[in-house]
Amino acid sequence: MSPPGMRFKSAGFAFAALAVLFLLPAVLPRYYLYLLSLVLVTGLLATSLNLVLGFGGIYQFHHAVFYGAGAYVFALMLMKTGLPAWLAYVSAPAAAALLSLLMGLICIRLSKLYFGMLQISLGSLVWVVVYRWYGFTGGDDGLQGIPVPGALSSTSGAYIFVLAVCLLCLALMYRIVNSPFGRIFQSIRDNPERSAAIGVDVRQHQLIGLVLAGAFAGVAGALFVTVEGSAFPEMLFWTLSLEILVMCLLGGWLTFWGPMLGAAIIVVLRTWVGIYTDYWTLILGVILMLLIYFLPDGVLGRARKKKTIENPVAGAGKV
Amino acid sequence: MGFAGHVTLAAFCQQVLVGLSRTTILFIVASGLSLVLGVLRIPNIAHGSLYMIGAFLTYSLVRLGGGGSAGFWMALLAAPLGVALLSFVVERGLLCRLYEREHLMLLLFTFALMLVFGDLVKMIWGADYRSFAEPPFLQGSVLIFGLPFPRYNLFLLAVGPLVAIGLYLLTNRTKIGKIARAAAVDREMVGAMGINVSWVFASVFVIGCFLAGLGGALVAPTQNITQGMDHAIIIEAFLIVIIGGLGNIWGALLGALIFGLTDAVGILIWPQFAIVFPYMAVVVVLVFCPKGLLKSIW
Repeated sequence: MSPPGMRFKSAGFAFAALAVLFLLPAVLPRYYLYLLSLVLVTGLLATSLNLVLGFGGIYQFHHAVFYGAGAYVFALMLMKTGLPAWLAYVSAPAAAALLSLLMGLICIRLSKLYFGMLQISLGSLVWVVVYRWYGFTGGDDGLQGIPVPGALSSTSGAYIFVLAVCLLCLALMYRIVNSPFGRIFQSIRDNPERSAAIGVDVRQHQLIGLVLAGAFAGVAGALFVTVEGSAFPEMLFWTLSLEILVMCLLGGWLTFWGPMLGAAIIVVLRTWVGIYTDYWTLILGVILMLLIYFLPDGVLGRARKKKTIENPVAGAGKV
Repeated sequence: MGFAGHVTLAAFCQQVLVGLSRTTILFIVASGLSLVLGVLRIPNIAHGSLYMIGAFLTYSLVRLGGGGSAGFWMALLAAPLGVALLSFVVERGLLCRLYEREHLMLLLFTFALMLVFGDLVKMIWGADYRSFAEPPFLQGSVLIFGLPFPRYNLFLLAVGPLVAIGLYLLTNRTKIGKIARAAAVDREMVGAMGINVSWVFASVFVIGCFLAGLGGALVAPTQNITQGMDHAIIIEAFLIVIIGGLGNIWGALLGALIFGLTDAVGILIWPQFAIVFPYMAVVVVLVFCPKGLLKSIW
């Protein structure tokens, strides 16, 4: 299951892969389409985290809050208001971006580990409100039976929609990473002091990055609700944030497609392992330990490093 | 239970006492976390799991001891020691090889530990919750302000200051404490003085984890011992450590007081949203002092 668009040799190959992805509903059983949709949504979420974590060097420890915020805003708008669905799809990322801006303004004063822990604190407040506010958010039961628009309520309809939106978001993020803004962002990651010395407004760039990442996480949240038809408070619990972090690590957080690959591996593995055993977290824990010891650059990071050693010019400066 | 206006002074005072006994547990767990954060610079996410293991171990040991007072004291000592031993093995076997790596990797490693410990507890003790009664001499309640107050909570109120004094003496009056504080400020320098920093780290880590186990052992008789205990306590402990000032033991005490008291008073004011109050207090503190109330030793 290779993620769409993995460093294509030619445009023709890319076109063929896209065609295959869009034609899959014709041949694939519903369950696999559902699984593939989940992979895409989770991959989008992990890629959005990596935008600030891998490319910005910001310790975004509680990314799931923005995912959950997007999901809940989307779900509540569909359930409690008569507004059209497209407005809910626009509001989800907007709300997540706003939350990201608010939290960012408070946290950005600190750096690295302190930033991450402050973010976990603030995010936990959001979680606890969602978890307890039975009258509005459904509390720990979450929200079920969300009226997703008719065309998207079938598995294949949802899959096509998720695929299209994910591809659009990934293309946007790819553009951002390779834009002048993205280059400055990466220079801040590598050396904030030197970046500031050449006239870069470090905090402003970091804030913009945080808001963008939050918005894309919000899109992922709305897409998850589209696929699943429900939203629950675990979506903004801190353990999910760390799981997304593990996906980025697994795929390779200095690469653009790594998080998507990591998400695919984790989601598929969890589904597959779940058939045989209840001890998925034990297995995830062991995988994580092995990664930290033996594969700290992730799968794609390792592959690229190897390529760079064999052919230094080809691998240099690419993401 | 009604809103603040209807609450009598006696009920209020009693609730404050309940909050203070909760503070004791929070302080013990958070101070251990703070110690490890301050010296090793590791946000030990597995700290909550060690607290949970401490509680489950206490349950098993009390059952083994037949539920008497002697068995309780034995369990109260042996369970934290068991947790300390486990943390020693993990630190020397796995963690100590990673000290050169980035903080992010260390954080993720402790997350991996949390995942593994969680499932190991599920394997050993099963998915059901466990509970056991206080030892006979701490059962029942006494009248305070004309209202019954559990004896066991009084015991907790006595233990809290004892642990605080013990930690103060350990960090300020003993050689290992002084070395550890020096290592927190400048580990290279301490190493240059001919001290084996790796073993200092191991000792501090084990002491911190012992405190997690002690917190778990103390809390065990007062609540159901469940699988989700680790998730609940670790986030609270982190918040306490952050509002207190990273690595500062007195900060952990102050943070635990804020957390425990706002929680207890919140129950009087708005029972359904009581859990929100401490989180609100944390956010208010952090908006004004993002680095915590007391001086962080970072």
